[in-house]
Amino acid sequence: MHLDHAASHDGPAAVGADAHRPDGARRALRIGLGGPVGSGKTATVAALCRVLRDDVSLAVVTNDIYTREDAEFLLRAAVLPPERIAAVETGACPHTAIRDDISANLEAVEDLEDQVGPLDLILVESGGDNLTATFSRGLVDAQIFVIDVAGGDDIPRKGGPGVTTADLLVVNKTDLAPYVGSDLTRMAADARAQRPRLPVILQSLREEDGVGAVADWVRARLAAWTA
Amino acid sequence: MSRGALLVLADGRFPAGGHAHSGGAEAAVRAGRVTGAASLEDFCRGRLHTTGLVSAALAAAAALGADPVELDAAADARTPSPALRTASRKLGRQLTRAARAAWPSGELDALSERFPKGAHQPVVLGVTARAAGLAPVDAAYCAVYESVSGPASATVRLLGLDPFGATGVLARLAPETDRVAEAAVRAAERAAGEGTDALPAASAPLLEISAQAHAGWDVRLFAT
Repeated sequence: MHLDHAASHDGPAAVGADAHRPDGARRALRIGLGGPVGSGKTATVAALCRVLRDDVSLAVVTNDIYTREDAEFLLRAAVLPPERIAAVETGACPHTAIRDDISANLEAVEDLEDQVGPLDLILVESGGDNLTATFSRGLVDAQIFVIDVAGGDDIPRKGGPGVTTADLLVVNKTDLAPYVGSDLTRMAADARAQRPRLPVILQSLREEDGVGAVADWVRARLAAWTA
Repeated sequence: MSRGALLVLADGRFPAGGHAHSGGAEAAVRAGRVTGAASLEDFCRGRLHTTGLVSAALAAAAALGADPVELDAAADARTPSPALRTASRKLGRQLTRAARAAWPSGELDALSERFPKGAHQPVVLGVTARAAGLAPVDAAYCAVYESVSGPASATVRLLGLDPFGATGVLARLAPETDRVAEAAVRAAERAAGEGTDALPAASAPLLEISAQAHAGWDVRLFAT
């Protein structure tokens, strides 16, 4: 914690928002991924790791609801070496761990940076939760909200903090739209209406380079962070 | 002392990681030892007089200004289960972070430097109370109350127990909570003259053993 740094704010800031590590080096950019159960957060994280790992030093923190399943999926898929994946236990409330009490997650990201050396990027994945589950700005610098077409094509219209305020909204599993009767055009239009100034990406991870647009968005955030 | 600061520190929403812990309630529920309000009350009473008393005495001693390093060793000696030791240090680290943001103090900075991965939570709690201008008895109350409020709210989630019933348990235990907090402060005052061996070492072997087993479960809602 840097009280001298924090003194420029109204009071001692939460350490999480501090952009520098105790040694003065700039810390990794932290991007949160949230969204309902089964929308494809872990699959998106895995795909991002595969696309980014060769030129970005990255790590992942998972916040499972009652198991280490997401962490273990990433380990099994071998998208990153095990020392770059950390699991936080959330006491059945991922939204508490990513928003109301971020202390365990802050320790996880700091330990990753201590243990595997300087990192460019840490992806913090929330366990599947509801449409109001957003990340604290004390934990992440930007957040991606992942919904999917099979969860109901009225989710963008319903809005909620995840859909309306996330820095990026991803509508996942577009390949399933014809099978579940979801209207992609309507979902995209509703999403744009809910968030006129914020980006929306429709993706299918079954396609070649399916995560490409999201990866480009992440790269742009990284470029801005290190600039 | 500031009663306002006490409320901030004692608030269950104080962001220091407690929400992820059940204080042994998850293991007790699975084993069929806690099934409703009555057995929750028995379970909590057991915690009050064992881990509650020990934690409260450590916290009160730290708030009195005893050496945190010695108190940390005393906490280790009173926590046989490695899983609970790890959890206590993790919670101590989380509390240190929240406390330094809430009540910046040289003593908290020094504690954080000496124990970068966390001192035992009750020790940090006592040092935090000092930083917040609170008395040893306040630190003791926070520790005793935490020892039962965590399991009570966890049981609401685990069993779907009526939340009014769980709160009623805590209210009925309040007079006993008072007595344990007072006993903890007396022990802390004795320890100021006689050393940390004067601190209570009441243990609950079943809590320690079931915490160890719980740490190995594949599927669980709570960290402890």
